[in-house]
Amino acid sequence: MAQLDAKVPGGPLEDKWDRHRFELKLVNPANRRKHTVIVVGTGLAGAGAAASLGELGYNVLCFGIHDTPRRAHSIAAQGGINAAKNYQNDADSVYRLFYDTVKGGDYRAREANVYRLAQVSNNIIDHCVALGVPFAREYGGLLDNRSFGGAQVSRTFYARGQTGQQLLLAAYSALSRQIAAGTVKMMTRREMLDVVVIDGHARGIVVRNLLDGSIEKYAAHAVVLATGGYANVFFLSTNAQNSNVSAAWAAHKRGAFFANPCFTQIHPTCIPVHGDKQSKLTLMSESLRNDGRVWVPAKKDDKRNPNDIPESERDYYLERRYPTFGNLVPRDVASRAAKERVDAGHGVGATGFAVYLDFRDAIDRLGRDKIEKKYGNLFEMYERITADDPYKTPMMIYPALHYTMGGLWVDYNLMTTVPGLFALGEANFSDHGANRLGASALMQGLADGFFVIPYTMGGYLASEKLKEVRTDHDAFKEAESAAAARTKKLLELKGKRTVLELHRELGLLLWEKCGMARNEQGLKEALEKIPEIRDEFWHNARVVGQGDTINQVLERAGRIADYLEFAELMVRDALERRESCGGHFREESQTEEGEAKRDDENFCHVAAWEYSGDVRAPVRHVEPLTFERVHPTQRSYK
Amino acid sequence: MNLTLKVWRQSGPKDTGRFETYEAKNVSPDMSFLEMLDFVNEELQLSGKEPIVFEHDCREGICGCCGAVVNGRAHGPLDKTTLCQLHMRVFQDGETIVIEPWRSKAFPVLKDLMVDRSAFDQIIQAGGFIAVNTGGAPDANAIPISPFDAEKAMDAAACIGCGACVAACPNGSAMLFVSAKVSHLALLPQGKVDAKRRVRMMVEKMDELGFGNCSNEAECERACPKGISISHIARLNRNFLWSFFSHQED
Repeated sequence: MAQLDAKVPGGPLEDKWDRHRFELKLVNPANRRKHTVIVVGTGLAGAGAAASLGELGYNVLCFGIHDTPRRAHSIAAQGGINAAKNYQNDADSVYRLFYDTVKGGDYRAREANVYRLAQVSNNIIDHCVALGVPFAREYGGLLDNRSFGGAQVSRTFYARGQTGQQLLLAAYSALSRQIAAGTVKMMTRREMLDVVVIDGHARGIVVRNLLDGSIEKYAAHAVVLATGGYANVFFLSTNAQNSNVSAAWAAHKRGAFFANPCFTQIHPTCIPVHGDKQSKLTLMSESLRNDGRVWVPAKKDDKRNPNDIPESERDYYLERRYPTFGNLVPRDVASRAAKERVDAGHGVGATGFAVYLDFRDAIDRLGRDKIEKKYGNLFEMYERITADDPYKTPMMIYPALHYTMGGLWVDYNLMTTVPGLFALGEANFSDHGANRLGASALMQGLADGFFVIPYTMGGYLASEKLKEVRTDHDAFKEAESAAAARTKKLLELKGKRTVLELHRELGLLLWEKCGMARNEQGLKEALEKIPEIRDEFWHNARVVGQGDTINQVLERAGRIADYLEFAELMVRDALERRESCGGHFREESQTEEGEAKRDDENFCHVAAWEYSGDVRAPVRHVEPLTFERVHPTQRSYK
Repeated sequence: MNLTLKVWRQSGPKDTGRFETYEAKNVSPDMSFLEMLDFVNEELQLSGKEPIVFEHDCREGICGCCGAVVNGRAHGPLDKTTLCQLHMRVFQDGETIVIEPWRSKAFPVLKDLMVDRSAFDQIIQAGGFIAVNTGGAPDANAIPISPFDAEKAMDAAACIGCGACVAACPNGSAMLFVSAKVSHLALLPQGKVDAKRRVRMMVEKMDELGFGNCSNEAECERACPKGISISHIARLNRNFLWSFFSHQED
């Protein structure tokens, strides 16, 4: 498996990044503008990368599927961003953030990457304040923090319940400044369809212009994918409607290995599903678990109004099972505990697929004003969607797909197995292992974009002697005609079922067989069923409209066609990983108390899948994980 | 519920456009407005017709993609609510709902309910940022900021860039959008450094792009799904005037 070299620098963990930054070759400032870098995606990672590379003087081409870069899905993150500032004097440190993240990820992340993430977390907060992020502050004018799951310190910085929005707008403003300066050329309303690989190096992309349908080709010296995660493969998720796996999947088919696709995060506090016409699920920030208490009726099938259920008949099951962390256990643990109670017949609400998140005690203790100040916008959002007032009756919540830890395999430089092709943010697999802690996605996106890629990109460009290529190269023509042919094939689908309906069918199957709990039999059934849905798609889907205009059905169809291939890889990965870890819970592998039971002897590794030319027969490669500092133990939050 | 929809259909920027009428049957009151449109679009596709094009993404009221004029009001009848967060329970069974795109000179219609809002990006590029490069910032706590200022800045920074303010304004003015960014940055010490230049450049760009003038109608504030106050327009005006009394750059 020589090709999976993570290129982790030598030396002690604490010195690796400093040493690496010194050892990476540099591109002379005057030469940078001669290097063109393509950045796909404008979320925290993409906008951060494009802005920082532009500031350094590279010639950047940035692409996004929206009308403006400010729409990327990072905008929807609510709760906060972690950093090891220790402003609260509560014994936080770079090492503790590193330790919590490795442990929270159930020992399936690469130590060196996580340590670097914790190191640069502090620079992120400094930079974002300089960019004008209005973080919450104390009366003395210093920054406020709150607690998040999986940590016993307060290290989460926040801007009301809109932290992702404020950070994205900061990254967007930095990007806008570079667009104005002419270092970044922004191409909006473009969807990446393919990566162009020439002489083994990523040298460009092919995109569809979503306004007029034309297929466009762009050449560069390197390509950065910051295209987010794949939670929408499950149809219902908290992701935005346009979030998709297609760019990452196209890269995979051009040689980029896909790592740990079965590591998906199910967030414990979402508004429950209400009907079969629902298009998405809405998250209620994890920060609510700071003050909200999770409970179900102690009696089965108790249909009483929650306010009529006396204290003695309430089961605060997180506090009961995990007295140390209580309501602030990590996401995977909280989600599974909710499922366990619901499966045991204690679920609440019309469908029975919900538990309570109750603020009564916090309102009594702190007063309604304080709660309103902290969570007002979340409470309002909840009320708008459910028509229920959470100040008066407890919220109802249930777990939902939220984030994907798996992604394109990258080395320490964030480069995929295709030289010159980088993956940043949620699109890569690197930092969160099998479970991501709350407030760490924003941290990773900005770390990769602002503080890692500006260095490693220079290192790559300075050490490669890349020939100039133009878009009339055969490889571009080949990718262009393949993209055009596929668009044509999609437009010829004149069956009886809409693409939305087929997406829903795939999503339900995955939620049942590859969701919060997985077992061998269910996964094997899913592997049988997915190709059938794929077949149904290519024979009986209906795509209306033309290719030379705005066509949202066509856009969606292309993404679903990719999900129908990708889903099989995800399920296969889940089947091969015969252990439970983090968000991946294999029913065959649990402790007597029903907790996830890892198998470090056989699975202490990253599984990275290579495309073989046949979506049904990918090749599994392994990157062994070695832990020098944090010794894997059975994770306990009791 | 059963509803009649009168929807603006326009095949492209050059088409004149027209209303088409559709019946939406068996709509659940728990559906969001966009889910109702999804539902209608499913039916249209199955009968071989082109679905209604509308922009949308996060469906939780934060990305700023969605928006349409519903029964004459930008984002529909509820205050402080984006179209995606509007639920069908606010409508009556049997009601006729009229759905149109944002209408403003600066936002040309691209197709059906989708408009081109790239003018907003151009205004931000003209100066809606704090000009600092990555890597040189001092410690985040080096400059204390009053929580009252931070909160006020946050009120303004909550703008989602949806364009409802422009659509609601009888003059098609972008003053609420521009003032929200000017205010957000001018309230923070980091943004004060370059505040005079910023406000002038942003206002100049806004005028150049064909947005109308502000005549204090306050329709923008009512339409804003994030409740951004017109007091920010007053702050912009103060900043703008002040910028002429003391030049920074020259």
